[in-house]
Amino acid sequence: MTFLLELLGATLRNATPLVYGTIGETYSERAGVLNLGIEGTMYAGAFFGFAAAAITGSRTAGLLAAIAVGLAAGALMGLLTVTIGTNQHVAGIGTTLGLIGISEYVNRLWFGSGQGLSRIEPYPPWEPLGPNNVFSQYGLTYVAFFLLAPLAWWVLARTHFGLNLRAVGENPEAADSAGVNVARTRYAALMIGGALMAVGGAFFTLAALGSFTLDIIAGRGWVCIALVIFGRWRVWRGVAAALLFAAVYALQLRLRILEEFQAIPFELLLALPYLVVIAALVISGRNVAYPGAYLKPYRRE
Amino acid sequence: MSIWRRRLWLAAGVLILTFLVTVPFLLMAGVNPFAAYARFLFVPLTSRFGLLEVGVASIPLLFTGAAVALAFRAGYWNIGAEGQLLLGAIAAAGIGARVDGLASPLALTLVLAGGALAGAVWALVPALLRVRYDIDEVVTTLLLNPVALLVVEGLLNGPWRDPVTRFPESPRIAASAEMPVLIPGSRLHLGFLIGLVIIAGLGFVISRTRAGLELKAVGLSPVAARFAGINVARTLVAAALISGAIAGLGGAGEVAGIQYRLTGGLSAGFGYTGIVVATLGALRMGGVALVALLLGDLTVGASSASRALGIPSQAGDIVAAAVLLVTVAMVAINRYGLRQNRTAP
Amino acid sequence: MSEPDGATSVLVELRAVTKRYGSLIANNGVDLSLRAGEVHGILGENGAGKTTLMRILYGLTRPDQGQVLVDGESVTIRSPRDAIGAGIGMVAQHFSLVTPMTVAENLTLGRPQGLLIDLEAARAKVDEAADRFGIRVRADARVADLSVGEQQRVEILKALAGDCRVLILDEPTAVLVPQEVSGLFATLRRLTAAGLAVAFISHKLSEVLDVTQRVTVLRRGKVVGTVATADTDERQLATMMVGRPAAPAESAARSPGDTALRVTALDALGRQGLAALKGVSFSVAKGEILGIAGVSGNGQSELAEVLSGMRLPTAGSIEIDGRNIAGFNPRRMMAAGIGRIAEDRYAAVVPDLSVAYNLVLEHLDEFRRGALLDETRIRANADEMISRFGIVSGPDDPVRKLSGGNLQKVLLARVLSRNPKVLMVSQPTRGLDVGATEYVRGEIVAQAQRGAGIVLISEDLDELLALSDRLVVFYEGRVVGELAAAGADPEQLGLLMARGSAA
Repeated sequence: MTFLLELLGATLRNATPLVYGTIGETYSERAGVLNLGIEGTMYAGAFFGFAAAAITGSRTAGLLAAIAVGLAAGALMGLLTVTIGTNQHVAGIGTTLGLIGISEYVNRLWFGSGQGLSRIEPYPPWEPLGPNNVFSQYGLTYVAFFLLAPLAWWVLARTHFGLNLRAVGENPEAADSAGVNVARTRYAALMIGGALMAVGGAFFTLAALGSFTLDIIAGRGWVCIALVIFGRWRVWRGVAAALLFAAVYALQLRLRILEEFQAIPFELLLALPYLVVIAALVISGRNVAYPGAYLKPYRRE
Repeated sequence: MSIWRRRLWLAAGVLILTFLVTVPFLLMAGVNPFAAYARFLFVPLTSRFGLLEVGVASIPLLFTGAAVALAFRAGYWNIGAEGQLLLGAIAAAGIGARVDGLASPLALTLVLAGGALAGAVWALVPALLRVRYDIDEVVTTLLLNPVALLVVEGLLNGPWRDPVTRFPESPRIAASAEMPVLIPGSRLHLGFLIGLVIIAGLGFVISRTRAGLELKAVGLSPVAARFAGINVARTLVAAALISGAIAGLGGAGEVAGIQYRLTGGLSAGFGYTGIVVATLGALRMGGVALVALLLGDLTVGASSASRALGIPSQAGDIVAAAVLLVTVAMVAINRYGLRQNRTAP
Repeated sequence: MSEPDGATSVLVELRAVTKRYGSLIANNGVDLSLRAGEVHGILGENGAGKTTLMRILYGLTRPDQGQVLVDGESVTIRSPRDAIGAGIGMVAQHFSLVTPMTVAENLTLGRPQGLLIDLEAARAKVDEAADRFGIRVRADARVADLSVGEQQRVEILKALAGDCRVLILDEPTAVLVPQEVSGLFATLRRLTAAGLAVAFISHKLSEVLDVTQRVTVLRRGKVVGTVATADTDERQLATMMVGRPAAPAESAARSPGDTALRVTALDALGRQGLAALKGVSFSVAKGEILGIAGVSGNGQSELAEVLSGMRLPTAGSIEIDGRNIAGFNPRRMMAAGIGRIAEDRYAAVVPDLSVAYNLVLEHLDEFRRGALLDETRIRANADEMISRFGIVSGPDDPVRKLSGGNLQKVLLARVLSRNPKVLMVSQPTRGLDVGATEYVRGEIVAQAQRGAGIVLISEDLDELLALSDRLVVFYEGRVVGELAAAGADPEQLGLLMARGSAA
């Protein structure tokens, strides 16, 4: 029982950055832009959140810095893919490479060559029921599940902004002819998405670890790309997919310690979520309903 | 304005803009941007050692750049060169450790062939999913990259872990399986030549053979290619497999020529940099070779700048990403102008 | 919405509207008035200028000359927003709906009032439209789950939600099944009873006679006349629409021989997965030109695609020399002796490849030495084709830079140089200037004289009558008539094309 509760707690903790990233990517893709800059945006959020907190001594400043970096990264993707209309794959890969490069560069400048030598006092967990149970989580985790996810869903489903966002991602011509500003809506989606991705990255430095290391994101941005598809571009399904992935991750971490499981290569277990996503794509085949304007820059005739 | 004049302006614009975009980072480090760029680009070319190291740094990029460019020419968005390279490295390390008794040419050939085959196998599934079920290869090739890294880690933390030191490193490959060094006293190995030969070969195939013409037709207009009787699916699968094989060969080259074993940090994102190389090389093989050498120059130059000026060597990554984004942006603006997104009054 | 006596008041008037595209005059001094309470038919063949005229009215196209008057006042309509503001709504042939969204969401889109969307207001509008006009759609249904007819109703609802008084429908029945057509007509009658004016674009005579009060017939950009529907009949309208074609000149001196191509009971699905060809049978003799007539969208494109190997038939046979080639891919179709000139020229060439390469793309087997391209022969072939077909370009120019006429010559050269047994040409002169048109027609006739069997698909009736020996008429995916081209009665042909029977 303790084992299960611990597992559940760890799952929520591990899922938190994925929830931010997945919802951020969902917003970008629902507006019609595949944002492969997510890996770099999470990375930059992790670093600049940490750096700002370390320099000012304020975790709030760190969080705000991460948000600012995410907004800027989203705006850069908007400039490239919306205003200029470059290929989204190349723009995203370039953004990721650039943001990782900048983060590591500035890290070396400000904190020297050592990894994780500087530390900040991370956010303490909030434990309304006392320590060591499922509800022994960081504030950002509660925010992710109890505020962000419902809010993100509600905005998409119930507000004019959400309606416009979905429309420009599905049929920008129709949205344009109905009077929706396609470019502005896509920029907004990319910037909100970027901010969320960056906060997801900052969760590691500001809450979970309290320090910055060079492999801190380690492909979790790509994981989010997969989770978005696995969740069929829906907020709640994306959250569920993140939980599933995190549960597998938490399980392998726990099993790994046990002697009788030493023989199993846990990396294969970790690879499972990726393979499951690919298998899901095959099973649903062409029926996967990509946003209608996915990958297409909008250009008036 | 003549097309060459226009291209010259474009190139000048890219250089100036890239410089301007990266200046703030250099100033942040307190160095003169011009001095830094001189280090990045020119200093490695002024010494024999520097030139040779540029060659060494360019080797994996020759392979991944060529692999990505070939796939992109066919309209197949292979974002998975990273994973294919890692699979090639795994195969090379696995075979290399087991060919002790064999003569050198045979052992090396086995290692390289195994690497190419492994890369092709890793590229096969996404290609088949694309032509059979119309599944976006961007997502599938991308997702297989972390899986490949997990396979590497699984091997290094499991069966291949060094039994004595407990380091996550595979056993050293047999001496007979190592790439011969081209110039004694340097690290420049045979992989450099192999990469150039492959690039020249691909360039020849693309421009001179029937298969190359079909590849270009499929990439430029799949509908017209199909109308003309070209087998589009077969062309795509072939392009994907060859692309994977070349990336895998690049991984095998790093194992057999530099590391002599499989390590977790074998690839510094070579597969992703391959996308940069291919894009900046305009998907032309000559361009790929040139850009791979330039980025090799930049890599060596950045680490030289790091030692001489005390700026982090990641400045090279920033410059590479900046030149990529500036280039694609300028090319798109040159072709289409800026989007008209304003809603009518 | 309008006074009771508004039945005769003019809501919108177009005066002397002219629109040119290069040398082509799409609208030439067109006058048109739309009255409150009428369904006004706009009738004409493809390319007669109907759609251009309506696009001008809706602000999608700016006229070169002429005036638009709304309620007697001259107005300038620059964009759909201006048109909507002036009370004009349009349902285009291609719907502009966000299909994964619900009907209510589509009606709410682009009406930003406050933070939250008010789907209740949209639902109320849907209910109101159901009560007043009999337009029945479920407000909470996803548009993608609706039939085409229902989607059209959503488009009409969108126009009505903009408080339009003039509703333009561009070939609304082209996408509908017969039951939906009668439902649409009932709706139109209720809309006009409420005082709206409806512009109804069509080329189907029976529908125009059924639902309109007045009809304006366009031919080649000009108004042939406006008549009261009650005072006319199908024969008069068909003659007005088709006109008197020029006497066939070029089809004389050929003597058709044995069968070159036999198509039997051919079925195929169209783009939406609906049956597009239904039991089509015909045959073409060697040296004969068989014209396929019909209003566009009646299965001709699908026939061209099947004969090109680009679309698989679901039943039936296609025989050349007694061999069934139905279901062959493009390569085998060509090998069996079919030459193909596609409707969409740009989908038949690789625009970024050179003229020389495009000229050999279908026959790479013959221009290689082993695995290598035989550049010498490719170049020689290009030089020969360029001079023989009078292509104005160099062999190394990318095809994308060629004019329409030169592009068509490249395609002709690629196909005709192989001396195909059967030639399938689709819309061979669409968009070409006079000189290029004559050239292309001459080449087609020359192929027939050589002994090829020719299937000529064209929307240009004059072309069909001038070139063909025999015509078959397509209507809703079936062959509904066959007649000799020489002395064909335009009235009979018009009736077959527009309603599927000549009786």
